[in-house]
Amino acid sequence: MAVSSATIQRVKIGDISRVRRISTGVIEILIAAFIFFMFASKITGDALTKFVMTPGGITVGKMGDWIVQTRLTLWIMAGICLVIGIYQLIKGFGKFSTGMIGVVFLAFIFSFLTWQASGKQLNLAGMLSSSVLLAVPITLGAFSGILCERAGVVNIAIEGMMLMAAMVGALMGSITQSMWLGLFFGVLSAVLLAALHAVLSIKYKIDQIISGTVINIFSAGMTSFISQKFLQVHQELNNPIMFTRFEIPVLAKIPLIGPILFNTNFFVYLMFFLLIIIQIALFSTRWGLRMRSVGEHPKAADTLGINVIKTRYMAVLLGGMVAGIAGAFYTLGSVGRFDEGMTAGKGFIGLAAMIFGNYSPIGAIGAGFLFGFADSIGSKLSLLGSAIPSTLMSTAPYLITMIVLAGFVGKGHVPAADGKPYTKE
Amino acid sequence: MAPILQLKGITKQFPGVLANDHIDLTLNKGEILALLGENGAGKSTLMNILYGLYQPDEGEILVNDKKVTIHSPTDAIKTGIGMVHQHFMLIPVFTVTENVMLGSEPVKAGDFLDRPKTADKIREISRQYKLEVNPDDRVEDLPVGVQQRVEIIKLLYREAEILIFDEPTAVLTPQEADELFLIMRSLVKQGKSIIFITHKLREVLDVADRITVIRRGKVVGQADPKTANKNELAEMMVGRAISLVVQKEVKAPGKIVLSVKDLVVADQMKQMVVDHVSFDVHAGQVLGVAGVQGNGQTELVEAVTGLRKSVSGSVDFGGTEITNASPRKITSLGSAHVPEDRQADGLVLPFTVAENLVLCTYYQEPFAKGVVLQYDKILENSISLVKDFDIRTPSPLTAVGTLSGGNQQKVIIARELSRPIQLLVASQPTRGLDVGSIEYIHKRIVQKRDEGCAVLLISPELDEIIELSDRIAVMYRGKIIATVNADNVTKETLGLLMAGIVPEKIESAPNGEKVVETTF
Repeated sequence: MAVSSATIQRVKIGDISRVRRISTGVIEILIAAFIFFMFASKITGDALTKFVMTPGGITVGKMGDWIVQTRLTLWIMAGICLVIGIYQLIKGFGKFSTGMIGVVFLAFIFSFLTWQASGKQLNLAGMLSSSVLLAVPITLGAFSGILCERAGVVNIAIEGMMLMAAMVGALMGSITQSMWLGLFFGVLSAVLLAALHAVLSIKYKIDQIISGTVINIFSAGMTSFISQKFLQVHQELNNPIMFTRFEIPVLAKIPLIGPILFNTNFFVYLMFFLLIIIQIALFSTRWGLRMRSVGEHPKAADTLGINVIKTRYMAVLLGGMVAGIAGAFYTLGSVGRFDEGMTAGKGFIGLAAMIFGNYSPIGAIGAGFLFGFADSIGSKLSLLGSAIPSTLMSTAPYLITMIVLAGFVGKGHVPAADGKPYTKE
Repeated sequence: MAPILQLKGITKQFPGVLANDHIDLTLNKGEILALLGENGAGKSTLMNILYGLYQPDEGEILVNDKKVTIHSPTDAIKTGIGMVHQHFMLIPVFTVTENVMLGSEPVKAGDFLDRPKTADKIREISRQYKLEVNPDDRVEDLPVGVQQRVEIIKLLYREAEILIFDEPTAVLTPQEADELFLIMRSLVKQGKSIIFITHKLREVLDVADRITVIRRGKVVGQADPKTANKNELAEMMVGRAISLVVQKEVKAPGKIVLSVKDLVVADQMKQMVVDHVSFDVHAGQVLGVAGVQGNGQTELVEAVTGLRKSVSGSVDFGGTEITNASPRKITSLGSAHVPEDRQADGLVLPFTVAENLVLCTYYQEPFAKGVVLQYDKILENSISLVKDFDIRTPSPLTAVGTLSGGNQQKVIIARELSRPIQLLVASQPTRGLDVGSIEYIHKRIVQKRDEGCAVLLISPELDEIIELSDRIAVMYRGKIIATVNADNVTKETLGLLMAGIVPEKIESAPNGEKVVETTF
């Protein structure tokens, strides 16, 4: 017998309306004009921009500098944006629109850097290298969020867990004079906070946002207290042994990529390791299938004999572990001592990266790099003596977060049971 | 031959309710046993006991003459019992393969999923039982009927011998239901045994080998589908003789009360769910909107009653343009709304019956003077409505959430119909109600129509639509694909229309005397 019904496929109103297509095109053309008139107009024809392609202090895998004619480069970039904008305006790129917005965005950033460094030199490789480092806590925070939310528990306490792990990592790393023990205790402290969040939100079914907020406030207060009472008074308690940079043989010799990705901090390697592990575990193993089922439809999982409560506990504790690594990176991998509130909202930006990356590790690391890059632009430009105040530039990552959240969120798939406590009948 | 499943003296007590009272049930191998009973009769409790979700207070379960205890769904699956739930236990974003394997996944190299192995097994099952499905499709992209097949495959994959179908046709078109019955036949032919839970008499007579009727937690009788008739079964189910006939006066349609033109409505995802819909509803006439759930009916009603903004088009009510007007304005013009989800949209559950009865009028005289509510008037009003509409409540000051579904619906009907109205928009007014309440609510709706009120009735239940309507509009994928006269249209034609197939010729005739036999 023939199938008598077909899938209900609906027309998207968004696809019908031309408003979005046209406004996107106009914005892209405006960007082209901006590059042409604001950046390129005051540049003389013989001005050069020099991009240094090896991060500072690196001796392995060196690459020659890249020198471009400033005005010509800006004109080319403006031309690319103009062509894309006009095509978008007249015909539209359809499903490639978002990708083209990305291209225009990249062209704009590159033009901006070329213009800023006109007549000077800019260490592009150094900027990318620091982007990777700045991306570490954001990406790991996003991984932590993915682990929790794929199983259906909203975790906004990642920020608090990171802060606590940073403080404990510094303290224990100093006391034991071992970076490994520092890392261990830092992670442990975050896991304990995660356990608290799990008990509150899974067992007692407290609103998960409230539970997370409580943990964030607790962490901020507790770390400040210990910092003021001990770490600042006894400086030897705030001087942990740090994980240093080490190079991976052979790979470190690749120009540009080698120095950025294969001659760097232990935490960067750990981030890539976790990326592979979590990506495979989530989508190719029994463990991951069951965990995702619990985040999508816990009742269905339950009727198939999957222990929903246990799965959620495990997910939140693992999430706490990864958040702990993210926090320990601050004191043991990057700064070398604990300062109050040093995570500066990166846990929340991690959650933004998780959403932007559509709850997948690959997506999250991409978003993490984007946010990390925005972060590093600010610090680099202040060194160039830019006209734009560096304090204003340092708001770039937050600005990008807001644009990204407003422009892209809601299009991906959120786990269906995210944030909903499960009650067995 | 020994029966494959026996329930002996199953008793389950909930606070205040004896849900199952010494129920005995026998299922033979290779048969379809229909378990017939009203909502709240205890069918679901019994099946949840069998499926391990509840533990019985007394009684025993025997599978193949061996006593078993079932503590969880996992135990049930191990004993060979599987359930096709009314609300599918499927994960929409997973593929068919992933849904089927979940919980008993074949793995290789430790913990890696062996998807191809499961997919092969699904293909094998689908060949053996004629359950056509593609293992690689995502479940959310599949029509409801196919999703149900995936549920069945899940059970067969786990080698279930006893299959419980819990109200399986509630979400299906008539054609899909017929397909399901063929599948059920093919399953029992190959040695499976089926318990089929339903309250629809037609289906029972169509497909069952044996019928057991449950009322108020007790087995009240057995019947043979070959000899039983609908009246007999309905009486057994409800416990009293009920009228299966709704008598309607013949009326010439009056003036146009509600006129909808080219209405376009989008859902939250900005998808067009109502696609340029136009229709008129006349005074003294019921326009029934038929269609499988999710074809835009919900959004259409929301747009007409002011709960959702429309994208374009117009709605005109008695000469007043009410496109995107506020619900209060539409209500005050004389429109009544019986919403689809009575608990979410129709009532404030923690409020009392008396308060719920004035939700539309509390701000007007005599229920309010200035900003102060006049509770004596509100109470007086409720006492008279409770009596008039036969609302079974301990007191008008009882929280409405504690009443049964049928009585909650009566509160809404009382509130909406006691006002002077020209238009009644009733969305699934009898969803989930028992036969007695259905009978009552149908009478009230017809009474309003006879008084000259225009009625827009939305229901996925074909019987209800055919019985009450003067004209029937069929919605499919957001469009009204046909409007037919209710007198001479057959269920088969409507069923085809609901599936989006327009027959070449739809016959229509002038309104005549209409006496329709109700089926449940």
